[in-house]
Amino acid sequence: FFFFFSIKKIIKMVGVRVLGITGPKKAAKAAPSTGKSARYYPADDVSRPKHSRAKKHNAPKIRATFTPGTVCILLAGRFRGKRVVCLKALDSGLLLVTGPYKINGVPLRRVNQAYAIGTSTKIDVSKVDVSKIDDSYFARVATESADGEEGFFANDAAKPAVVSDQRKADQKKVDAAILKAVDAAPLMKNYLGSKFSLKKHDRPHKLVF
Amino acid sequence: MGFSRYVEVGRVVLINHGPDAGKLATVIDIVDQNKCLVEGPEEITGVKRQVIPYKRIALTDLKVAIQRNARAKTLKAAWKEGKTLDQWEGSNWAKKLDSKKKRANLSDFDRFKVMVAKKQKSRIIALKIKEMKA
Repeated sequence: FFFFFSIKKIIKMVGVRVLGITGPKKAAKAAPSTGKSARYYPADDVSRPKHSRAKKHNAPKIRATFTPGTVCILLAGRFRGKRVVCLKALDSGLLLVTGPYKINGVPLRRVNQAYAIGTSTKIDVSKVDVSKIDDSYFARVATESADGEEGFFANDAAKPAVVSDQRKADQKKVDAAILKAVDAAPLMKNYLGSKFSLKKHDRPHKLVF
Repeated sequence: MGFSRYVEVGRVVLINHGPDAGKLATVIDIVDQNKCLVEGPEEITGVKRQVIPYKRIALTDLKVAIQRNARAKTLKAAWKEGKTLDQWEGSNWAKKLDSKKKRANLSDFDRFKVMVAKKQKSRIIALKIKEMKA
């Protein structure tokens, strides 16, 4: 009998500390919270659920400076140096950003917040509806790939970028509301159209954005 | 070529280093050749009564009429009567310090607006010069 179960396991199953009991008080303390030893325990082993290794997906941490309507400076990528308007934070942790397209050529785009500076300048984007745009909106469209040798070499040729009509329509809709707010603020349009760069006497660690 | 600003009882000083950096204080008493006793007055400038070395302070032109070891109440009254704070804020020194602080705290958009204003100003000047040359 003692072969299969260690003393510890027996004691665990019974629920009472057999060793070290010296009086009625200690017994009460040693017993589980019910106050008395377990009367019932299953005859066979009860399997406990194993510790799950599934990764938890929590809400992304967004830097406090990136609120809807903040003017951001993009630091890397095709549009580095451009000043854009942040619209919202997506579930993946990326920021949804737009130029607006008419002002600086930046379309509705996702941007990693590590490669952006959120300035203290804000534009009112409360009238803008971006609730339908999320990460799946930006998923790659499956292109048909030709099989065989011809198709293999055809893939090397530069394919012209195709912007879907839906994207163009969404861009227009989103930008229309933002442009109204931009036109209301003096010099904001020129500001968004200009690029950021470090000048001679700028000290990045001392710059207040 | 003598000195015009002396360390004396009543001299208003600007503290340059330490936790009270940037604040005004008055010399109340002199300890020795390296340090003096100063006080704000605390209610006006926020500097508590303390001993401070001369290395940390800069003498200003302003003086307050007090006696040695004046108490906080008398000091405050003397500041109010002499309108010392207003005199300081009207001085060029104080204005320069203030504009330095403003420049350091400009946001990115503010810096853009400054750049535009500078360009506009130099354009006006250049056009005027052109006009005068013609």
